[in-house]
Amino acid sequence: MSATTAPAWTKPQQQANWLVRLFDWKPFLAFACLLPAAGLLLVFLTYPLGLGIWLAFTDTTIGRSGYWVGIENFQYLLEDPLWWNAVFYSVFYTGIATIGKFALGLWLALLLNNHLPFKSLLRAIILLPWIVPTVLSAIAFWWIYDPQFSIISFLLVDKLGILDNYIDFLGSAWPARFSLIAANIWRGIPFVAISLLAGLQTISPSLYEAALLDGSTGWQRFRYITFPMLMPILAIVMTFSIIFTFTDFQLVYAITRGGPVNSTHLLATLAFQRGIPGGQLGEGAAIAVSMIPFLVFATLFSYFGLARRKWQQGEGND
Amino acid sequence: MATVEIRNVRKAFGPVQVLHGVNVDIADGEFVVLVGPSGCGKSTLLRMLAGLENITSGEIAIGPRVVNNVPPKDRDIAMVFQNYALYPHMTVFDNMAFSMKLAKAPKEVMEQEVGRAAKILGLEALLQRYPRQLSGGQRQRVAMGRAIVRNPQVFLFDEPLSNLDAKLRVQMRAEIKELHQRLRVTTVYVTHDQIEAMTMADKIVVMNGGHVEQVGPPLELYDRPANLFVAGFIGSPAMNLVKGGPGEGGFQAEGGAVLPLPQSARGEASIYGIRPEHIQLREDGIPATVVLVEPTGSETQVVARIGETPLTCAFRERVTARPGETIRIMPEMGLVHLFESGSGRRLAA
Ligand SMILES: Nc1ncnc2c1ncn2[C@@H]1O[C@H](COP(=O)(O)OP(=O)(O)O)[C@@H](O)[C@H]1O
Ligand SMILES: [Mg+2]
Repeated sequence: MSATTAPAWTKPQQQANWLVRLFDWKPFLAFACLLPAAGLLLVFLTYPLGLGIWLAFTDTTIGRSGYWVGIENFQYLLEDPLWWNAVFYSVFYTGIATIGKFALGLWLALLLNNHLPFKSLLRAIILLPWIVPTVLSAIAFWWIYDPQFSIISFLLVDKLGILDNYIDFLGSAWPARFSLIAANIWRGIPFVAISLLAGLQTISPSLYEAALLDGSTGWQRFRYITFPMLMPILAIVMTFSIIFTFTDFQLVYAITRGGPVNSTHLLATLAFQRGIPGGQLGEGAAIAVSMIPFLVFATLFSYFGLARRKWQQGEGND
Repeated sequence: MATVEIRNVRKAFGPVQVLHGVNVDIADGEFVVLVGPSGCGKSTLLRMLAGLENITSGEIAIGPRVVNNVPPKDRDIAMVFQNYALYPHMTVFDNMAFSMKLAKAPKEVMEQEVGRAAKILGLEALLQRYPRQLSGGQRQRVAMGRAIVRNPQVFLFDEPLSNLDAKLRVQMRAEIKELHQRLRVTTVYVTHDQIEAMTMADKIVVMNGGHVEQVGPPLELYDRPANLFVAGFIGSPAMNLVKGGPGEGGFQAEGGAVLPLPQSARGEASIYGIRPEHIQLREDGIPATVVLVEPTGSETQVVARIGETPLTCAFRERVTARPGETIRIMPEMGLVHLFESGSGRRLAA
């Protein structure tokens, strides 16, 4: 190389003013960027949540601000058979509906992932139950479950002659419970099916081809490729689905209002029933707050279920 | 190990004809490379061999058995995909053992077989890693390991090196070749890279637009390309192809150059082919104007014009000429290729 050296030249240091320097200071920048989001969360999330929790520890009724009563509301709930009933039904409702939604949703997603004629039309149709407003579909179900005008009874009894008597779907506890679960499954399938379909489409077809050459049967391809590769998205979708189902309100309130004889109350409908029509705001709030442990549990489930599996982690060669 | 026969195979995707009657015979233990430009139907043919695409018409036989209606898993072939298609949620060991796991082989057998393949490929230290944690070359090796473990009758490779960098590609090329020499399994290897084809193949099948242009050992394709397409495709830098016709004192190029023509040359020759490495610098050569000089170290590539006819030359000696200067060059008479312009056929010379 040549021995001559270039004349020394350094970029002149720009003397920045204090505002520029402030914005270059990371802690301030983080604070400034977080502020709007934090503000929104505070006003629309934390405040109502805080108020709800506060109410749960008072004996507030409508029209009378209450006094701090500690955990009295909760002690009372533990002795309340209605609350226990609602806990039982919430868990039962969530469990059975989730199993149903995922079994049918996964099946539909697998079906739609094949080459079918009118594929996009079919996908649009699948979304229908989800697009219809809940209350509207609740009214439809109300009709379907009507003791006299039910289409199901009509078909089974008058057309096919399989049964002798009309079914009383909503007249007694267990049929009513299962009828609501069926309605919830119907409503929940599109979300599950479409999400899982999106997940299925991220799986490279060449993996199936490789597995085909490796000698797999259709079931083995599902068991060893589709299912494990779908696991991460399955876990997310399931967590959301569980949370939505557990906190469901509209469907039950519109179809049965918790009846007959309080047998189909979910925690959400019971909380509303106690708090608003019943006027016992404190007690209603306590019921709502009692859902929190269950939801935390569901979220933890997602946290550990979702914890990025080892095979998804890139980088780090060791 | 087995022979493979492809007899008059055609493929159409709906109304689109992709393969127009392909015939290839592959001997037992042979390493055959299908080469051709992108979109010419190489992968399609390979996938038909694997059973991943059905055969529109014609026959494919592996060993004595016609496999047209045999499902992929019963064809006893193993394939290495261009994107490797490793199962991302399985470790290297599980990837390689997957076929045995499906067949419910005992654990000792799996460990033994995977161990054997891992040893051949130098993967022993990586067996517990996930594909994400491997480099491109290592993934490539795992994909080959997965194929080796199967002990197949035929190996199929679909552009296995195209995702690797140039240096690794050369190394893996040698490794695959060596592997073939060790295992002696019939191999069909697809690539668009003619250098890969030349260096690896026992036999090359040059394809273009769904037709087979020529089949033969690498040097035969180099020495006696059957037509213009093969002449232009095989060899790097590509053969000079000059249009014109026989005339006064040699071959009269359209650009005005007069090139020496062998005695035996027939009248209808209308395309003159000469490889860059077969043009020499000679005191008594034809004067040519230098357009471009590209030294690569081992040789110097020069583009020079005789009249208006540009010729690419590759000289072993170092050339100091600059663009615009004149050099004297001469094609080696015995290594000239002559073609018919209409059909592109080689004229027996
Ligand atoms: N599944 C398919 N449907 C329709 N056309 C296809 C399909 N697969 C390949 N082709 C067409 O067939 C031709 C050959 O493709 P391919 O065998 O992949 O070429 P290559 O030689 O690059 O491997 C291309 O023109 C491609 O567009
Ligand atoms: Mg291809």
